[in-house]
Amino acid sequence: MSLLEKRLTEIHSDLHNKEYTVSDLVRESRQRIDAVDGKVKAFLSRNEAAEEQAKELDGLLSEKEAVGILFGLPAGIKDNIVTKGMKTTCASKILENYEPIYDATVIERLKAGQAVVMGKCNMDEFAMGSSTENSAFQLTCNPWNLEYVPGGSSGGSAAAVAAGEVYFALGSDTGGSIRQPAAFCGVVGLKPTYGLVSRFGLVAFASSLDQIGPLTKNVEDAAYVLQAIAGHDPMDSTSANVAIPDYISALTGDVKGLKIGVPKEYLGEGIDEDVKANILAALKVLEGMGAVVEEVSLPHSEYAVATYYIIASSEASSNLARYDGVRYGVRAEYQGNLVEMYKETRSRGFGQEVKRRIMLGTYSLSSGYYDAYYLKAQKVRTLIRRDFDQVFENYDVIIGPTTPTTAFKIGEKIEDPLTMYLNDILTIPVNLAGLPAISVPAGFASNGLPIGMQIIGKAFDEPTVLRVAHAFEQQTDHHKKRPVL
Amino acid sequence: MKYETVIGLEVHVELSTESKIFCGCSTQFGAPPNTNTCPICLGHPGVLPVLNRRAVEYAMKAALALNCEIAEHTKFDRKNYFYPDLPKAYQISQYDQPIGQNGWIEIEIDGQKKRIGIIRLHLEEDAGKSMHQEGGFDTLVDFNRVGVPLIEIVSAPDIRSPEEARLYLEKLRSILLYTEVSDVKMEEGSLRCDANISLRPVGQKEFGTKTELKNMNTFSGVQRALEYEVKRQAALLDAGEKVIQETRRWDEGRKETIAMRSKEEAHDYRYFPEPDLVRLHIPREWVEEIRNSIPELPDSRKARYVREYGLPDYDAGVITASKKLADYFEAAVATGADAKSISNWIMVELLGYMNKNNLEIDQVKMTPENLAKMVQLIEKGTISGKIAKTVFAEMLESGKDPETIVKEKGLVQISDEGAIREIVEKVIAANPQSVNDYRNGKERALGFLVGQVMKETKGKANPQLVNKLFVDILNG
Repeated sequence: MSLLEKRLTEIHSDLHNKEYTVSDLVRESRQRIDAVDGKVKAFLSRNEAAEEQAKELDGLLSEKEAVGILFGLPAGIKDNIVTKGMKTTCASKILENYEPIYDATVIERLKAGQAVVMGKCNMDEFAMGSSTENSAFQLTCNPWNLEYVPGGSSGGSAAAVAAGEVYFALGSDTGGSIRQPAAFCGVVGLKPTYGLVSRFGLVAFASSLDQIGPLTKNVEDAAYVLQAIAGHDPMDSTSANVAIPDYISALTGDVKGLKIGVPKEYLGEGIDEDVKANILAALKVLEGMGAVVEEVSLPHSEYAVATYYIIASSEASSNLARYDGVRYGVRAEYQGNLVEMYKETRSRGFGQEVKRRIMLGTYSLSSGYYDAYYLKAQKVRTLIRRDFDQVFENYDVIIGPTTPTTAFKIGEKIEDPLTMYLNDILTIPVNLAGLPAISVPAGFASNGLPIGMQIIGKAFDEPTVLRVAHAFEQQTDHHKKRPVL
Repeated sequence: MKYETVIGLEVHVELSTESKIFCGCSTQFGAPPNTNTCPICLGHPGVLPVLNRRAVEYAMKAALALNCEIAEHTKFDRKNYFYPDLPKAYQISQYDQPIGQNGWIEIEIDGQKKRIGIIRLHLEEDAGKSMHQEGGFDTLVDFNRVGVPLIEIVSAPDIRSPEEARLYLEKLRSILLYTEVSDVKMEEGSLRCDANISLRPVGQKEFGTKTELKNMNTFSGVQRALEYEVKRQAALLDAGEKVIQETRRWDEGRKETIAMRSKEEAHDYRYFPEPDLVRLHIPREWVEEIRNSIPELPDSRKARYVREYGLPDYDAGVITASKKLADYFEAAVATGADAKSISNWIMVELLGYMNKNNLEIDQVKMTPENLAKMVQLIEKGTISGKIAKTVFAEMLESGKDPETIVKEKGLVQISDEGAIREIVEKVIAANPQSVNDYRNGKERALGFLVGQVMKETKGKANPQLVNKLFVDILNG
């Protein structure tokens, strides 16, 4: 068995007992990447200093300074999280040559936790997409079936974990970009409450929705990674100044009396029968453990996708305006004046989906249209948030499928953006409401592809979300299955 | 036709906080290009703004000094446009909820007091500075200024002449200097002014079509640009033509305004709430705390000088226009010296010296305490007013104590009656013609005789005593 398959606590004690070293862990990760990433193509770049850093950590081990919660664990980082001295491209040509001069807060915290960054993971350009097909550089394949997409936008991070290339990965989730690829790749993906994890150093797509979170093989690992990265950051005004609970001690395995709401909107039209059947079976498992399952309603769900595409695109149109070829990134060859330089740089630097959303957002914010689009969307956002508040008055968590279907084939939906957008219909409302949600493996469809179950919690109630996810995991084996590569 | 001029001013003022509004970089003026920068103000991918509390306090202080109401809840918005000196391609500003609203400034025109309304005062970040290389095709950008906190102060269209516009600016600068939130130097760009101007036939209610004027670099430049624009618009209207709504640039060299862009070319800034910052709640206790930190402002100080010290209205106005000068005056008066005399020395000699040498009051070597001492030396009769001018000049030059100067240069006034009588008698003996003239009623002759004594004593004789002795002896 690969060292990377061991439990985190086991690795921790093994390292201290000198059973093996951090260098061994990093070597194992590197060998796996070398062996399978030619097929999976999860990584855009590798950290050449990883082996060096492993040696330093091994040195700390003998000096009894090996105290990091993630000590020695090889990690993959989505390429929209800035890493000092390591290229951060957002899978975009416009940042193809961009090497950040600072570390994101989460990277500083991973370093403090003494994890080792192995490389940067592929994604949809600027996190816009649901299949990682919008990467300007390469297609990432689903480790369960290489003809299928890994989901997106954190497709590289999810695939890297599923393929056993790293111990864990970080992704970002704006409308489902951690949970959807986690579901497609059969791993655990957690989107924390908006404001729990610092966004400083996360290249902004939609500032009011973006959140960084872990992708892991199991819930326990997700709790450990969250423990390392959560907490107030004075560099992020939207980061919440709240006490951080002990997420690991929340994993009690007990869900007796827990009230689970299942929105009828999440199991209705458009949900694949295989997916539905597996989720209903999963709910039975929880019921068997003493949880109470009842149908609830989130009546404004049908407006979530439209609302999301206005708000996220509006913010994106402004957030991506800084890529103008003036100070960093790629400046296109051009003839003529400044305006020509802008046009050439941005026309050549951005891919089609990014341009589509910049145009959509620019339009929504334009004078004369602002009230009808952006302002209206903000109002609907409030209604969607209220839907959740009302359900949470009587329920502890909300559960449904993470995605309407399992992974689709590469190329199948790329020409049809609207169908692609509907993929996130079950994850988007959670971002609009700023709530925490996790996707956990909940079985396999007849096509052999994984199915994800989404557990949504109250704001900052990650302990309950993790507890339910962990309790379910304890009763099932879905998360233990590995793709053959 | 007779027209009424309608002017509104938009003034940008840089706040003199130590660090920038959304990052920790220094705001120091004149640092080498691009040295006061960091990933945040350079708009690197992934960075986020964090609001500088001091900038909010300075904006509140300015707003309160300008009689504005302070918003209880406010927010920041993004103003989107592309320009190389704007690294994020949006400026964080305040759109529909400015921190201050509904204020006013009082000016005095032709002896009449007039209030000019202030519609709003909001907080925002400054952009960088583009420098177009002479003779080259390159434009260089200095990002030191990016993120320096700015307040924008928008006046109501209450200004009715270019002169009123200048008076408004002078009063605004004076008030802001008092609050010490900015150094308000137009030449260093810490105060910038755009003007909106339109004409309408006298008696008409509706505003005429306005033009916006930019690129004025001095207060008098603002006045000149507006005067030019009044003439230009009046000529157009007289000829039956229309004023085009457009932005015009003042060319100080050519002394004219030149069209820059029309309304059709105006930007759509696509304002929307800044999602990277949380809403700003301003508790009323905080407002009161800031209000209490505002010093006595120029208008009330001026009134007090007239009331307490009996200064002429004009002199009180000049001295209180600058807080530093008024502080200087008060420090001198605090020693017990006569306020009116202090004021006279400041108004005539000191301001003359400062203007001639282009100095600010804090660059003057003479301390207010020494000025007061000198005035007291005159009062006590130790030196004459004439000698005082020599002492004054020396104090400005060396910063020395007046007593030391008097001692070192032997400038003590001769008030010993015996000694002076001796010289007076000598002068009488030597100038029989003048003595005769005086006795025949020619008062002017006395002046000549006194002058002879002063000449003999190198100006040190007490002039009153000399006068008295002549009169006594010649009449007696």
